[in-house]
Amino acid sequence: MKSKGWERWAAILTVAPSMLAIAVFVYGFIGWTVFVSLTKWVTAKPDYTFVGLANYQRILFGGGIDSQRFYIDIRNLIGFTVLFLICNIVIGFGLALLVDSRLRGEHFFRSVYLMPYAVSAIVTGVVWRWLFTPGTEELGATGVNKLFEYIGLGFIHPRWWTDPTVWHIHPDTGLGEFLNQIHLGFFTTAAWGFPVGTFSILIATTWLLSGNVMVLYLSGIRSIPQELREAAIVDGATQWQVVRYIYIPILRPVTLTAVFILLNVAIRLYDLTVAMTGKGPGFSTDTLAFNMFETTFRSARFAHGAVLAALMLIFVSAIVIPYLRYQLRQEGTNT
Amino acid sequence: MNSTTRTTPVNSPSGAAMHSPRIDWRRLLLYVIAIVFTAAYLLPISLLLLTGLKSYGEVSLYDMWALPRSLSFQSFVDAWQGSPISVGLGPNFINSFLVVVPATLISTFMGAINGYVLSKWKFRGADIIFALMLFGMFIPYQSVLIPMVRTLNFMGLYGSLTGLVFIHIVYGLPFCTLIFRNYYASLPDEMIEAAKIDGAHFFNIFTRIILPLSGPAFIITMIGQFSTIWNDFLFAVVVTNSPANQPITVALNNLAGSFSVEWNVQFAGALIAALPTLLVYIFLGRFFARGLVAGSIKG
Repeated sequence: MKSKGWERWAAILTVAPSMLAIAVFVYGFIGWTVFVSLTKWVTAKPDYTFVGLANYQRILFGGGIDSQRFYIDIRNLIGFTVLFLICNIVIGFGLALLVDSRLRGEHFFRSVYLMPYAVSAIVTGVVWRWLFTPGTEELGATGVNKLFEYIGLGFIHPRWWTDPTVWHIHPDTGLGEFLNQIHLGFFTTAAWGFPVGTFSILIATTWLLSGNVMVLYLSGIRSIPQELREAAIVDGATQWQVVRYIYIPILRPVTLTAVFILLNVAIRLYDLTVAMTGKGPGFSTDTLAFNMFETTFRSARFAHGAVLAALMLIFVSAIVIPYLRYQLRQEGTNT
Repeated sequence: MNSTTRTTPVNSPSGAAMHSPRIDWRRLLLYVIAIVFTAAYLLPISLLLLTGLKSYGEVSLYDMWALPRSLSFQSFVDAWQGSPISVGLGPNFINSFLVVVPATLISTFMGAINGYVLSKWKFRGADIIFALMLFGMFIPYQSVLIPMVRTLNFMGLYGSLTGLVFIHIVYGLPFCTLIFRNYYASLPDEMIEAAKIDGAHFFNIFTRIILPLSGPAFIITMIGQFSTIWNDFLFAVVVTNSPANQPITVALNNLAGSFSVEWNVQFAGALIAALPTLLVYIFLGRFFARGLVAGSIKG
């Protein structure tokens, strides 16, 4: 492409303000946060005395309340993420297949399934908190538990987000004793369990995001040549085999995108838990982001908050950087 | 889709071509599943509406699912104007608009010119700059909050709606640039070459040729930015400190967090907070879905 000299400069000057803004507000600020995490700033008044990795030591290996809370957050993150990925991928893909199966009112169904995506996490949290308010023994059930009563499932009566229980392998079971024998006894503690309160968050986030995943799959399915599917059916393949051996392999890039987006959401999870449960009884629904906000802006321990922020950034980068490289390389081969 | 007509003469045994008088149980099952999911997805929003329309005498947590016996808009009035025990969300609703409109317009326009340069006037390193920008879209914002507060303080913008507008513009740039860059990349380069031969230059190629073709990209980006900024909570809660300056998401969260406020008022407030983005979704849902797919990087 031939262009005059001044036009090249005009082009560069046009994007310069945005480049500068990103350089300062993304990269500069990240550097600043990392710097804060290496200082003594733990009161409202900034104190940039350099202390090296002492704050990381405190949170990762200190053993005190800060590091206990950090590892509870990690436990919560792992349990939540596994179920969150499974639920959203399965439901999202299922809904995409459903909407694609030429139902009457297909457009209506698709619109309804995606609609929660237009609603903020705060609104979602407010509604679902009340839906998952279990009610009391004396006065009766409320919310979803009331619906359970209507359909004859009143005996379940889960306590949802008010439940501090953590499911874990008990040391006196067969498996627990085995783990103890092979010196993996720590797997039998609540530190390696699954907090029951997570189910409330899981259902609300799945309500919020599964339509999003459906749309991604739907656009993938619509780009599969119809001939491919029909040829398979002429050859005697069942619908299930078409899905299993044609759709799923072809849609692998979509699955990758969806997993990437969902992982990112899981690590950053904040708004919804704020509005719904906060940190929950015994930190059962606490998240890294919630912890970071409280530590930084409520307790004014900026250096400790910065450590949590830096660790979150490391987790996200471990997913984002390979993903961006993959995507941009893909783009390079296409054009 | 259109290829189905081509294959029908072969008399394919695919489900769509079969027309038997018997009830097709498999399709019936599909409809049942679709309807069950529809009910589940509509449940929370319809509960908001249902509760908001009940009179105070009728709202009881234990009769949450009962239909209202008479219509009352008192909950909505109290949520908007405030009541003796709660603050009204009306001013916060207006705050949200005061943030959303300028932030959406400015970030979208900047995204358009960035996208133009990064797709049609690629200079050395343009692709790397684009990748570095994109990364800004995925960072956990926790990693910039502390410097953000300090910097806004220094600029005299901390606590103000202007400060919040500024922040939304900056962190909206990656998304806006992404959509426009991918959109412009699909326009043929020959068009620009031809315009250059006719004597057009950098600026009037953009205003006369590119901009008139940019309609869909503008709609997609503006809808995306509108709903992201309207629904944002994290930046709003960090940047604004006084209740008078808070956008509606923060005010709603405060309202919902106060135990003295009746839950029907909370629900009416939640519906008010959700309404603008829901209306955009109902009328322009198609673009919503397109933005979602385009925003996941692949165009």
